[in-house]
Parts: sequence; structure tokens; C-alpha cells
Amino acid sequence: MTTGEGAHEAAPPRVASRPASPDDCSIVSRGLTKRFRGGQVAVDDLHLAVPRGSVFGFLGPNGSGKTTTIRMLLGLMNPTSGGCEVLGRPMPAGLSAALPKVGALVEGPAFYPYLSGEANLRRYDAADPAADPRTVTSRVGSALDRVGLGAAAGKRYRAYSLGMRQRLAIAATLLGPRELLVLDEPTNGLDPQGTREVRSLIKEIAADGTTVFVSSHLLTEVEQMCTHVGVMRTGRLVAQGPIAELRDGHALRVRVESPQPAQAASVLNQLGLADVRTGVDEVTAELGAVAPERVVAELVGDGVSVRGFAVLRPSLEELFVGLTGEGFDVDG
Amino acid sequence: MSTVRSAETATPPDVLARPAEPHAEQAAGPGVAVAVPPRRGPARAALRLLRSELTLTFRRPRNIAMLIVLAIVPVLIGIVLRVVGGDGEAPSLITQVAGNGLMLTFVALSLLVQLLLPLAVAVVAGDAIAGEASGGTLRYLLTAPAGRTRLLAVKFVNVAIFGLVACMVVALAALVTGFVLFPVGPVTLLSGTTIPLADGLLRVLIVTGYSAAGMAALGAFGLAVSTLTEVPIGAVAATVVAVVFSQVLGVIPQLAPVQPYLLTSWWASFDGALRDPVATDVMTQGLLVFAAYTVVCGSIAWGRFSGRDITS
Repeated sequence: MTTGEGAHEAAPPRVASRPASPDDCSIVSRGLTKRFRGGQVAVDDLHLAVPRGSVFGFLGPNGSGKTTTIRMLLGLMNPTSGGCEVLGRPMPAGLSAALPKVGALVEGPAFYPYLSGEANLRRYDAADPAADPRTVTSRVGSALDRVGLGAAAGKRYRAYSLGMRQRLAIAATLLGPRELLVLDEPTNGLDPQGTREVRSLIKEIAADGTTVFVSSHLLTEVEQMCTHVGVMRTGRLVAQGPIAELRDGHALRVRVESPQPAQAASVLNQLGLADVRTGVDEVTAELGAVAPERVVAELVGDGVSVRGFAVLRPSLEELFVGLTGEGFDVDG
Repeated sequence: MSTVRSAETATPPDVLARPAEPHAEQAAGPGVAVAVPPRRGPARAALRLLRSELTLTFRRPRNIAMLIVLAIVPVLIGIVLRVVGGDGEAPSLITQVAGNGLMLTFVALSLLVQLLLPLAVAVVAGDAIAGEASGGTLRYLLTAPAGRTRLLAVKFVNVAIFGLVACMVVALAALVTGFVLFPVGPVTLLSGTTIPLADGLLRVLIVTGYSAAGMAALGAFGLAVSTLTEVPIGAVAATVVAVVFSQVLGVIPQLAPVQPYLLTSWWASFDGALRDPVATDVMTQGLLVFAAYTVVCGSIAWGRFSGRDITS
């Protein structure tokens, strides 16, 4: 796990648990860079490695270059320098071989308002030269059913609610057998119930062995469904790897609730815990290599009355703030 | 892409450890239910996309409305000619309508091909790429993946077919109106000779086809404009303005040397079909101009569209 600002300068961030072999990855990018005509660098020297079969959360505040990256991965934009491979094919040269096996939702749903949901899916299916027209009815039907739009299939898209439109866009990614789904903000516009459904749908799809690359600016969403994350900040990938490892890289803290905070603090200091902070009726410290049960035993042994004890796992939000140095949704 | 290549070769152990056929493993991989897509003919896949395109074009209320207007105008022309009657001062073609209803077809086409038919074609052509871009559907078509060259080719064929249908609607409406309002019989041509009615109908077909070819050339022009913008109405307006501008140039006598190069100068040059035998020289020249416009505009459209960043 490589984290922090210097990551892009030294070595590309690596997936520590697995060797970053391009063959194990559904998406690989090397030095992917996009500089717009105005000189603005939207994506800067990106080294992505999305392992096959993972649910990869592509995190970052709005405007951090997530969508531009996705557009380059899908061959909609040409990189200024560097390159990327999707399902082992270089993009955009290998586009026609790779994309039939990729379902994509880019920057929100877009359909023909005067067509029904079903006719819209047929339209996109007709654009895929690898799709078999003989099975289109059943494939469209099952995609609609899968996102819960079966009953609204004949309704014009114009009459769809925002949530239905988002579902239809997800249905469009499920028209064929896919090896990779690229979902850009898939839960935008969905109510909490819809969000939960999409999350379980993604888990279901991933369980079939499909790699899911999902971008989001909502940390909790990613935390609940992803196995891996990549964190973007102003066009740079500041961290990527398995979510558990990303957590492990960060210090666990203990919190001791006690009416004798000073005494508790001295015990923690004796145990060699770092960053001991004393508050009102509580003390927190970095756990380091010390076993939590030993901390409790020492406290009790020294006669400190312990009212509460907890090991604090850093939330993804805290990790993210640590990585990007700022909160979410505020980046320009 | 060179960085990707070099990095790939930099991991030989993995390459050696893997089976020779990279897809064998993934197809047999546990739980990966991905069938190898059946190899279907590219021509059949393109036809399927074209069919989808045609369905969109001919079901779209706006386009249907344009075709209805195109069908009404020949009827109006017929009624006006019937009521006013052939007075001697009108152009020869128009006076002939009173004598033979078949002539209404040529009158209607030669009038409509100047502005109303180009307008309809400009709407469909200008909307072709820019409309998909502004609606966001272009990105989904391209990630399907429709293929940029293929999509452009299908869009052009679609516009050309729309132009043909529009010309046929005008011809048919005029034919029916002419048959209802005027006497019909053997046709007296501009060259003075008279041909049987069946032969006359064949001449109608030739003129309709020629008009459609002119509209296809305009379609290529509109398509090229359409690749330059994400605002469909802008592409349509630009195409129509180009047509009007070209027609203005066409009536300024001092610009006579330029006129053979203008697309609009050739649209109504189907007089040759009304002579006996059919005078092919002017029409052949016209068709060559149409082909040249189609090739040049098609190349511009392809050059612009094939490598462009899709930001919509």
C-alpha cells in the first residue's frame, strides 16, 4: 500500500496483497494523463490496477478526475500521454474487442425520451455488434426485471422518475454477459431503498465473478460494498489497494472511559502507547502492537476504574481525510 | 500506448506461467459466466443498427410531421394550378400540368427540392450526431460499442434513405393529386415528343432518384456539420443557412463561374429526364457533383468524428 502525496512521484501505487500483474487485472493504466486544451490537468499520471473479480471503489470528491478517467478507459477520450488496458486490450485500439464484455454507466443515464424503457434498451443493444438479435427480447426483459423495472418497461422514458432512469441505466449495463461493469455514481438520484437495492445488486453481480469498477463520492456506499478502493485527489491517485489493507495501514486507537483519566493516561504511557490524549473522563491512544486485552488488564491491575473500553477502527471517511487532507465534496 | 507494451514485456514470469491461450483460462474460470460472443457478420450487425436508426427516424413525431408537410404541399400546388388554370405567362412546365396530371410531379419536385426538401434533410442530418451528443446517448452508443466509423456510415445511409423517402412522398402526393385533378394520358415532353403514360412514370422515377441523390449530398454536408457541435439546432441552422447562401450565390449573374461548384445549382437539373431520348449529360454531371460533395463532406465528418474526445 502506497499512500500519501509522494506516491505518484516515486513508484506507482501497488496492490500489496497481490502482485500487480496485468494479467490478473481487468483494468490497468500506466501513466494515464489527460490535459485539456486549456492546460488544466484533469488526470495526472494514473497507475490503476483493478484486480479481476474485485469490487473496486473509485473514490474522490467531485471534480477529482474520476469521470475523465472512466471516459479514457472506455475509449471516449484519448489520453494525452500514458495508456490503459481494459480486459487485456489496449484502449482505444482494442475497443471493439473489449467493450462488448463491458457494461458501462457514464455520468448518469441518457436515453431517448420518446421511446419506452424497453425500446431504449433495444436501441443500445442494436449498437453492439456482438449482441445476438435473436435473444434480445429475453435479455432486455431479464435486465429490466433485475433492476425492478419490469412493470414500467412499456412506459416512455420521459415519464420515468429520476430513480427509474438510474435503474434503466443500470439495466443497460446488464444487457449481455459482462466481465466488467464500469459504474459511474450508480446510486445518484436513488432513494435509500433504491440505494440498498443497487448495492445488493452489485454484490450479486460481483458474486458471479464480474469485476465491478464503481466510482463514487459517497464513502459509506463504497465502504459497504467494495473489496478494493482507489482514492483520487485533484487528478492523482493517492492510494489504492484492498480496503482491509488500507484500514490496517492506519493506526487503531483505544478509548478508555474512566473517572480517573490522569491515572489511566499514565498506565497507557507505561505500556508504551503513543499519542495519549486525555479528555474529560476518557483517554485515547494509539494501540500500536499492544494487545487490547493487556491494556484492560493493566488498567484494572493498577486500580483504575474502567467504565468503558473500545478499540476504534478508523472509518473510511477518516482515512480519506487523512489521504486527501480535506473533507469530501469540497474539492474544486 | 508504448508504455503499456513495454510494461507488459517487463513481467516475463507471469507471461510464462500462464497458459498460452489467455482466454482459455478465463472462459473456464470459476463462476465467470461469460460466453464467447458468437461471431456474426459485420454486415448483419450494421444492418441491425441501421434498422434501429431508421425506426428512430421514422417514428419520431417531428420527422413524421415534416413528411406530412411535404405531402401536403404538392396537393396545394395542384389545387392552385387547377383553380387558377394554365395562363400563358407561367413557365412551360407549369402550363403543361393542366394538360397532363403527371407533370405535377415534376413541378412539385422542382419547386420543393429548392428549399422544403433540403430543410427536412438538414433537420435529420444536422441532428444525426449532434442530437445524440446533446442527449448524452452518443456516449452509450459508442461504449456499446457502435464503433465510430460504423456509426457515422449508418447515420449517413439513414439520412440518405430519409431523403429518398421524402422525395418519394413528394412525388407520390403529386402523382395522386395530378391524377385526381387533371386529365392523365400520354405525356408530351419538353422536346415535343409524346411518350406513353408508363414511360412517363419511369421518368418520374428517374427524377425522384436524382432528387434523392442531391438530398443525400446535402445529408453528407449536414452530417459533417453535425460532428462539429453538440448543439443539434446549431447544426441544422448552419446547414439551412449554407443552402440559402448557396442559392443566393446561384442567382447573382456575376458569380456565374462559381455556380457549377455549388450543390444547389444542380438539385433541379433534371430537365433531361423530360426529353426524348433522356438527356443524360447534365444529370450525369449533377450526379458527379453530388458524389464529390458526399465524398468530401463524408471525409470531413469522419476526420472530425473518428478521433474526437466525446465530452457530452
